[in-house]
Amino acid sequence: MFGEYSIGDLGSIFVMQGFAGLILFSVYVLMALGLAIIFGQMGVINMAHGEFMILGAYVTWMTSNFFQTFLPGLFSGYFFLAMILAFLASGALGMLVEWVLIRHLYKRPLDTLLATWGLSLMLQQAYRSIFGAREVGVELPQWMLGSLKVTDSIEVPINGIFVMGLTVLITVVVAYVMYKSRWGRQVRAVVQNRIMAGAVGINTAKVDRYTFALGCGIAGVAGSAFTMIGSTGPTSGQLYIVDTFLVVVFGGAASLLGTIASAFSISQTQSTLEFFMSGSMAKVLTLLAVVGILMLRPQGLFALKVRK
Amino acid sequence: MTDNRFTNRSELIGILVLAVFLVVVLPLCLDVFRLNLVAKYLTYAFVALGLVICWGYGGILSLGQGVFFGLGGYCMAMFLKLEASSVANTKIQSTPGIPDFMDWNQITALPLFWQPFHSLIFTIAAVILVPGIFALVIGAAMFKRRVGGTYFAIITQAVAAILTILIVGQQGYTGGINGMTDLRTLKGWDIRPDHAKVILYFFEVGLLFVCIFIAQFIRHSKLGRILVAMRDQEDRVRFSGYSVANFKIFAFCVGAIFAAIGGAMFALQVGFMSPSFVGIVPSIEMVIYTAVGGRLSILGAVYGTMLVNFAKTSLSESFPELWLFGLGGLFIAVVLAFPNGLAGIWGDYVQPRIDRLIASRKPKSEAGWTDNSVADGAPAE
Repeated sequence: MFGEYSIGDLGSIFVMQGFAGLILFSVYVLMALGLAIIFGQMGVINMAHGEFMILGAYVTWMTSNFFQTFLPGLFSGYFFLAMILAFLASGALGMLVEWVLIRHLYKRPLDTLLATWGLSLMLQQAYRSIFGAREVGVELPQWMLGSLKVTDSIEVPINGIFVMGLTVLITVVVAYVMYKSRWGRQVRAVVQNRIMAGAVGINTAKVDRYTFALGCGIAGVAGSAFTMIGSTGPTSGQLYIVDTFLVVVFGGAASLLGTIASAFSISQTQSTLEFFMSGSMAKVLTLLAVVGILMLRPQGLFALKVRK
Repeated sequence: MTDNRFTNRSELIGILVLAVFLVVVLPLCLDVFRLNLVAKYLTYAFVALGLVICWGYGGILSLGQGVFFGLGGYCMAMFLKLEASSVANTKIQSTPGIPDFMDWNQITALPLFWQPFHSLIFTIAAVILVPGIFALVIGAAMFKRRVGGTYFAIITQAVAAILTILIVGQQGYTGGINGMTDLRTLKGWDIRPDHAKVILYFFEVGLLFVCIFIAQFIRHSKLGRILVAMRDQEDRVRFSGYSVANFKIFAFCVGAIFAAIGGAMFALQVGFMSPSFVGIVPSIEMVIYTAVGGRLSILGAVYGTMLVNFAKTSLSESFPELWLFGLGGLFIAVVLAFPNGLAGIWGDYVQPRIDRLIASRKPKSEAGWTDNSVADGAPAE
């Protein structure tokens, strides 16, 4: 299948597909980061994670419309405000959901799956009722359009670079919050031994609520970034949820590094394969490989060594 | 004397009530269109029944039951499609004698894996064996390595996603997103007119009761008790010398085969099969039917399936917007308030009152029978 391309063409193909894979990687990482916190740290299966992401996307869309109508002069910078708003909206909803629903189910992890699936159905219908069933797209500011020409045959779109930079930034912030800050230590303490953490004076219920809210907030930011590269509809969240869970499980649920590594390998495999076969077959092969490896290594790539 | 290997007295009464309801009451009350709808719901009841065994008793939550429903359904649909694509029926095609969607996709000869589906015996065997072996392979790979709980759920979900993408992508071999439509006859017998639908309905109800009795048998045998013990205290069962993995594989396979029978009946009853019954969304909905009916109750699964589907049909006809809110709210309510579903409400609130009523009327020595019905024990987690 390589026969009809010259070496130089192949090189460009791999670079271009690799770059497309990097954008997919950014989306995966952003979604999986929130899920790695909620699923990996708390053990809650949040099937509504995609809907939190879509909430972020709709908030971004509304902000961009607001700027276009009322503050056209500042439109080029609307995105930064939108991202903060998306984080706050999704985080606030997450906090509410934790209080109403999740906190009753910490001892029954599989039931969180059913309950959050119900939640995701309700959110989808809410989006459909409020924003309409058709997909909405955000108009990008002028500086984000166009692409950088690296060589004659290699071009990289600017919005892609922007999304990747954003991903790096958010990953660093999350890693700092989880592993270096006082609050992150509390989260990990609660995860490892809830009773003991409570005994040394950590308010475990509060830590749970804010952890869940943080995970949902990051999903909102992911949705916000997602509007840069695609359009958003009420059911878009569902398209990504299985992939995201696989990314988290494949990387080893409790490991941020594993999540990033698995997001990278999955997205690169898929986008490279996509060039040589149909998108659906590339997806099937990628998922099959992931499931196959998971059967050999059930705890994921970067598992903590625990005896079971 | 009534407490034999299959059932005890209160369960027998429950089965009889269900039998009268399905065989006598519904056919008398409903027209053929509605009866056919009930038949469609009941195909999901097979899946829910399988989930009671593998989720309720075995503690294995599979989010990929749509895969087995689909495999069973596609096996049956392939047979029916071949019969509907006889040379006489398809003479306007460029290659007569092959299914129409193959012709549209420029395939000129019947693929090799389609060939054996000319035979009904092979098809019936395939409906059972293909999903059964598939479940065996997945189950062996997972349970031997002690993958369970949430990880198993997520991986089965991925399998459902893979199969859907594959079916949609391979249009020429599977009919793609439209699935296999226009199924007409079974061994020359037209399955489309009203009287055929009624006969198929009774056949399906019969098959459902066979499955109910198999489930009852598993539930009351030593096997069923090991399954429940394993769900509640897996390590203790393992330390007692049982092969936990093999019992889990067994429960998973039974669930898969029940789902496949449901799928095959679906293809016969509804006259088509499509990937929209395979993927993640239908798979989770099937789990919900079980949860609403009661994950520990064999009969509850049947009632739960009928109830949710009835609500879905009637609500989505008149209030399409409200329906998803209602369904979502139902999941949340069931999970939060009634973890054992309708059967739990019945067993916890209604039945004790009835028992007390009966006990107060009868001499004391006879009142002890109903105790067996609460032996199922605590919910899974």
